[in-house]
Amino acid sequence: MIRIANAQGFWGDSLEAPLDQLRGGPIDYLTLDYLAEVTMSILQKQFSRDPQLGYARDFVQMMERGAKEIVERRVKVVANAGGVNPQTCARAVEAALARAGYAGRLKVAVVTGDNILGRLDEFTAKGVELRNIDTGAPLSMIRERVRSANAYLGAFPIAEALGKGADIVITGRCSDVALSLGSTIYEFGWKPTDWDLLAAGTVGGHVIECGAQATGGNCQVDWERIPDLANIGYPILEAEPDGRFAVTKHPNTGGRVSVAGVTEQLVYEIGDPHSYITPDVIADFTTIQLQQAGPDRVTFSNIRGRAATDFYKASISYSAGYKAVGTMTYGWPDAVKKARAADQILRTRLARLGLRFDAIHTEFVGANACHGDLLSGEPSPDLAEVTLRIGVRHSDAAAVERFTRELAPLALNGPPVVTYPSGGKPKVEEVIAYWPALVPKSEIAATVTLLDPKKKGDA
Amino acid sequence: MARVPLWNIAHARSGDKGDCANIGLIALRPEHYPVLVQQVTAERVKEHFRELCKGKVERFELPNLHALNFLLYEALDGGGTVSLRTDAQGKTFSAALLRMEVDV
Repeated sequence: MIRIANAQGFWGDSLEAPLDQLRGGPIDYLTLDYLAEVTMSILQKQFSRDPQLGYARDFVQMMERGAKEIVERRVKVVANAGGVNPQTCARAVEAALARAGYAGRLKVAVVTGDNILGRLDEFTAKGVELRNIDTGAPLSMIRERVRSANAYLGAFPIAEALGKGADIVITGRCSDVALSLGSTIYEFGWKPTDWDLLAAGTVGGHVIECGAQATGGNCQVDWERIPDLANIGYPILEAEPDGRFAVTKHPNTGGRVSVAGVTEQLVYEIGDPHSYITPDVIADFTTIQLQQAGPDRVTFSNIRGRAATDFYKASISYSAGYKAVGTMTYGWPDAVKKARAADQILRTRLARLGLRFDAIHTEFVGANACHGDLLSGEPSPDLAEVTLRIGVRHSDAAAVERFTRELAPLALNGPPVVTYPSGGKPKVEEVIAYWPALVPKSEIAATVTLLDPKKKGDA
Repeated sequence: MARVPLWNIAHARSGDKGDCANIGLIALRPEHYPVLVQQVTAERVKEHFRELCKGKVERFELPNLHALNFLLYEALDGGGTVSLRTDAQGKTFSAALLRMEVDV
């Protein structure tokens, strides 16, 4: 049995969770997921300005803080912190380990081959069209606006890196579940056609990939009585060679591992549950059996899988115009009525300026922002306050910029009992959109490189 | 027979993939799963979300987990990074679905 602890559900998740996972009890692997879709375009932008950037710097700091436990407890670390620059990330990790007093003690490996930004024209020239999976449109529609392009690699390159003796495996884009599945493939010798086993590892990875969402965080059932969320434990996967596994957490931590909470996580962000498609296997979620095997312990069995497809999914980010969102808060009495009036006044002024937007969207936070008017119902006139939140989207940054100048004046020239955020006008942001596509696996070669600690800059 | 909100007999979690939201709806007790299967149809969910969801709604069954999974297409104003909404990723759609009433 091996214990795989996840401590990062997205870049921005708890900075303390990795240390808590290292210190709270025995673990064999620590996995950290830093890459949301939007992250890749941000990292690509940083890299184009400075070739020493383009990776998750939080990871490097975490490695320095956790170096002692990682070395002394022989914990292996697998993270997709490499972003668009895994080699530089790996060198930064080596430097961080040296600063912590552990120079040369750990082997660091990088997995590359996912970054296809420089190969898009090669692909289209040879007939790999990279059509949008959802719309069928050809990539040429947005080719000039592409900001980043990465294929989601699978778990076998991670297993290969571990097989070469790596203690730390740093990847770029890979499937979220690959971080933990790579460990089980390596430890148990699972083969590329062990479909049921790979599916089991995939389901386990899916349950822990969003961190504390598996241990009582964001859980609807009995949420007020879930103990000590302030000290919530992050999930630990206890995996067996035969594909059975349990999800649990360290003792003396808050949260709760229950069938209810784990089921919420199982159905989180899935499509057709018969076909959960990853680079390594198609997992079936409709046969899984869960059991509460003890306090804070749920076991999984009867997981089925079938052959993977011949494609990797690629995520291509592209620039899609500009947007800005601003707020004004209206107080009692008749807060909603005032906010609605302000919205109409603002829209009238924008129309008078001749501004036409691709989208303009108004919400009344406190009354309808999450569920819309139909489901929220008519708000009470006695609400203590309501926030007018209005946003626009347009291909022309100047039009969006002009919009941002129209909110603050409402404080003096619109309905009364109003306050607005300090810091002035809303910020104009570039909109980054996503283009999901498929790339034949034969076009992508994942490469595993073990850094030689004696040499600099060889990776 | 009583008319109750789904909130009384089910829980849910929701999220996004591009402009598509998913809602996993889970019976609190196994005996309530048939109620979900019979009454929470894709058509009813589409009608329930007509203000927020511009595309179709698909439904999948997970009897082993006493759960249904719904995919709501064109439901996020263009998707997480494009959307102008507060809930650009459909995270609160789970509770929005639980407002629906069923007969038990």
